[in-house]
Amino acid sequence: MHPAPRALRRAAVAVVLLAAAVSCAPQPEEPGEPSSSAGSTCEKGELATRTSGKLTIATDEPAYEPWFKDGKPANGKGFESAVAYAVADRLGYAKDKVAWQTVPFNKAFAPGEKTFDFDINQVSISEERKKAVDFSSGYYDVRQAVVALKGSKAARAKSIAELKGVKLGAQVGTTSLDYIDDVVRPAQPAAVYGKNDQAKSALKNGQVDAIVVDLPTAFYITGAEVTDATIVGQFEQQGGTPEQFGLVLDKGSALTSCVSRAVDTLREDGTLAKIEQQWLSDAVDAPVLK
Amino acid sequence: MTLDKEELGSGERDAADDYKPSQRRRDRERYRRARARRATAIGALSTLVTAVVLYLVVVSAPGWPRTKETFFDREYAREALPKVLEGLWLNVRLLLICGAAVLVLGILIAVARTLRGPVFFPLRFLAAAYTDFFRGLPLIINLMIVVLGVPALRLQGVTVDPVLLGGTALTLTYSAYVAEVFRAGIESVHPSQRAAARSLGLSNRQALRYVVLPQAVRRQVPPLLNDLVSLQKDTGLVSIGGAVDAVRAADIIVGRSLNYTPYIVAGLVFVALTIPMTRFTDWVTARMDRRQAQGGAI
Repeated sequence: MHPAPRALRRAAVAVVLLAAAVSCAPQPEEPGEPSSSAGSTCEKGELATRTSGKLTIATDEPAYEPWFKDGKPANGKGFESAVAYAVADRLGYAKDKVAWQTVPFNKAFAPGEKTFDFDINQVSISEERKKAVDFSSGYYDVRQAVVALKGSKAARAKSIAELKGVKLGAQVGTTSLDYIDDVVRPAQPAAVYGKNDQAKSALKNGQVDAIVVDLPTAFYITGAEVTDATIVGQFEQQGGTPEQFGLVLDKGSALTSCVSRAVDTLREDGTLAKIEQQWLSDAVDAPVLK
Repeated sequence: MTLDKEELGSGERDAADDYKPSQRRRDRERYRRARARRATAIGALSTLVTAVVLYLVVVSAPGWPRTKETFFDREYAREALPKVLEGLWLNVRLLLICGAAVLVLGILIAVARTLRGPVFFPLRFLAAAYTDFFRGLPLIINLMIVVLGVPALRLQGVTVDPVLLGGTALTLTYSAYVAEVFRAGIESVHPSQRAAARSLGLSNRQALRYVVLPQAVRRQVPPLLNDLVSLQKDTGLVSIGGAVDAVRAADIIVGRSLNYTPYIVAGLVFVALTIPMTRFTDWVTARMDRRQAQGGAI
């Protein structure tokens, strides 16, 4: 028996395996390999999309009203569906060149290759989030609103101070939750739900006194889903910059500037305002809570 | 000290003085020590090589810088830890209360299912139906029904607190699992034990209480602790009712920052909580093995 040579042999095998493992690891993509030419010019219909010639747009499931209609993002109905198609059109992709994809909210910003070109899912733009993903320009100025059951104590609140003693709830990962924690600062910690649906049923069942959602969602909830609920009021914008929804793109995506430019043009020529008027027209007045 | 001296001064010392290990024995011992050193060295080297390989494979991955940023950010870890620990307190309380309830309920159901005699048929049937149903029902659906559905019934005097309701759902599911573990234990006790107990004049109830159950429970300690560890992790699911546990506390920061580090923090905190429990399981198992071996020798 010759133990030493065998150990050596094993070590050699280990080194070979190591080398193999390292060399087998996926190679980094060439930066901007297919995109460098098309990406910078935003040539219509010829962007460096995931599937060439097609624009892949992602959103979560279920897709809520009034942002989408009937849970079908591809039908062009609902505010965000309409915006998505308007942006696609501006980028040179007709309706039949748009493919929709279901991507859960908290997977949309995972590192690694994205399967979509952009994600539209009522994601508020923030400096902190910009560290993880790219955002287009904002396509909607959003306000947060409080919804409570009619006749409850919470429904009679006229100011933020009156909401302090109320049990509030919101969906996780939303600015609604930040408003509760940073603006209302209630005595009881907020109930935090995985989905707005759970928050709605908690409101219906009296597990929370009021929930915070964005204003169009609040109008939809009180108008169609929980009809014995009412909008208590909306919050004022915090700080100087208005809270805006943006399209989410992969960090460092070659498409970001093109998509942003498309959104900017849509805002300037009044298309966004028109879409807003069509799908969110009732989301106009709710008392402002101070 | 005095004890040592006494020991050294006793006859053993003289015996040790007289005894001289043979050359062959000393050679053998030297060889064994050399082999042990060599084994340690090879083990250390191999561990080092494995660590380096793993490190290189991970670090040389093309997405590593981005992954490092999104999963291992020191700042977010620092921010998340206190909030995750605060949430963990809810998990721990749920574990203790539900754990106790599950053990009691589980043993009752198991006993009900193993009762003999035709008069107990309805009880046996109900216990079997209970375990079949709640073992099969996915925990998450059970939680949804109890946490979101029960308050919708608007029953007088029934709580709407999501934590209490969530704990109830956990207890329902886990007592079904644990009842089966206990039943397996009860059935593993040899019938001769029961027969012997009866022949000593113990009633059926006494035989169960003093002879069968103690043996059954002791045999099932490892799988029971396994279920308890599992329950510990599942306590986090009550967050569907809005309660903020360790995982949801991490969720909140992830949603705001789109950085996943808080999940890593929450995961590690759970592992840190599980390891003492796992070691305890190992210790209990080892102790029982020793006892059984001892019993066998007698």
